[in-house]
Amino acid sequence: MSQIIDVEHLNYRYPQQAADQLTLTDISFTVAAGEWVAIVGHNGSGKSTLAKNLNGLLAPVSGKITIDGQVLSEQTVWDIRRKIGMVFQNPDNQFVGATVEDDVAFSLENQGIPRDEMLSRVAEALAQVDMQDFATREPARLSGGQKQRVALAGMIAARPQILILDEATSMLDPEGRAEVLQTIRQMKADSDLTVLSITHDIDEAANANRVLVVNDGHLVEEGTPAEIFQHGPALIKMGLDMPYPERLKAALARLGVQVPATYLTEKGMADWLWQLRSNK
Amino acid sequence: MAITFKQVEFTYQPGTPFETKALTDINVTIPDGSYTALIGHTGSGKSTLLQHLDALLKPTSGTVTIGDRVITPTTSNKDLKSLRQHVGIVFQFPESQLFEETVEKDIAFGPQNFGASEADALKLAAKMLTLVGLDSDLLQRSPFDLSGGQMRRVAIAGVLAMQPKVLVLDEPTAGLDPQGRLEMMEMFARLRHEQQLTIVLVTHQMDDVANYANNVIVMDHGQVVKTGTPQAIFKDPQWLAEHHLGLPKTTAFAQQLMARGMTFDEMPLTEDQLAAALVKQLPASMLGGGDHDE
Repeated sequence: MSQIIDVEHLNYRYPQQAADQLTLTDISFTVAAGEWVAIVGHNGSGKSTLAKNLNGLLAPVSGKITIDGQVLSEQTVWDIRRKIGMVFQNPDNQFVGATVEDDVAFSLENQGIPRDEMLSRVAEALAQVDMQDFATREPARLSGGQKQRVALAGMIAARPQILILDEATSMLDPEGRAEVLQTIRQMKADSDLTVLSITHDIDEAANANRVLVVNDGHLVEEGTPAEIFQHGPALIKMGLDMPYPERLKAALARLGVQVPATYLTEKGMADWLWQLRSNK
Repeated sequence: MAITFKQVEFTYQPGTPFETKALTDINVTIPDGSYTALIGHTGSGKSTLLQHLDALLKPTSGTVTIGDRVITPTTSNKDLKSLRQHVGIVFQFPESQLFEETVEKDIAFGPQNFGASEADALKLAAKMLTLVGLDSDLLQRSPFDLSGGQMRRVAIAGVLAMQPKVLVLDEPTAGLDPQGRLEMMEMFARLRHEQQLTIVLVTHQMDDVANYANNVIVMDHGQVVKTGTPQAIFKDPQWLAEHHLGLPKTTAFAQQLMARGMTFDEMPLTEDQLAAALVKQLPASMLGGGDHDE
């Protein structure tokens, strides 16, 4: 697989920060085309700043970002932005259309997509996020979760190569979150989409092929979800919840039960408990 | 302070083509001193009900009794001030309502609005800031220089400064990381005891319902479809699924174990309850006092 995102020695500082302070320090990583990478870290660790550097919304102090073979610069930023779709935590910050369907169509108009195709893509995208009944409604009057669905529909219609989700499911109820994650998995299956999701949600992180942990502007760890989830209670410090089996293990350990040190999935945990009980 | 709904109906924009009935025949009581969770699918009427708790909306028919005040469709909008002082609502993303130059002035705004002198209001501001777990050094800072979690605490301090008897929380932890969420939920539990508050929590997080609430109101399609203890609400997973509601993580996991043939005397709602129930069923050799075998 080719590298679609290549970040080398990225340093970033906000304009109001002192010269010796950095929000991102020496960040390097690559993402392969078609990969799903979760970026985790507690509030204020620099995750969102990193995402905004990737499509040139913020310009680094130093370092090099290469997207799909193009080095990010003032000359290439517009090409690169066409390849990247971003969904933010608070979609109010990204709505431009007077109605839901106008909003979803916005990026297609910018790309000069023919009207017939645009109409069908918008309808299809809204159906995928189960918002087709809201096509003529005003985005501002929707609930937080509905807004997040519309923002995602905009990206589904635009068909970017890379989708960046910045806590994009945080306002959804658990059922809505599961539906949206299913939609993203479907998009990946259909189009070899690359997904970068910034999240605190353990279930969203569990969908990823790889997890990057950011702390205080540094990339401190990377691994598969199973490798990262082994950290147990330390996950809380990484801005993630503990996976349920880890929480139960901790509760059992508090009662004096000897629990396995390796990470168990829910099924693994249920197997382990069942076996113990059967050996009684 | 108890709040009681009697045959409450509410219709948005009545008599227009946009007329929408949002609440139907609501008969429910939020008991004094309770920690009541209000749950329901998106669009079930939670937010509409919430706005009746301090008469931001008045019923189209029926009555809402808040403490000793009775709100009817014809209650005048004047003279609701004392009521609103008693019921503090923390809306979603409350930090977006911060506006003053300093943290101190922002928190003091509410009490002054309700007639407190400036000196008293400033004294209250200092007290409330400590109550929400922030350092008094922050009093003279601009609220906009604080982190997201700190800003939310300041906004909550502003609501507490009105010294409400009922605290209404609409998804108070949305957007916080898990550590921040836990700290915030523990803070509300502490405040409830310290300030003898009645708490109403609107949430999608069933784990928070299991861990903190002692009373649950379930809404669907503008109606109250069930009330009871968390224990009673979560014992029927199929019914919850029909109303698009989930289970606490522990209860969902316990269901997996039950599907394999394990049984529990009582449906566990928290990991500590499940762990305690499991310990009884595990072989004694597993209980090694927490020592690891080398």
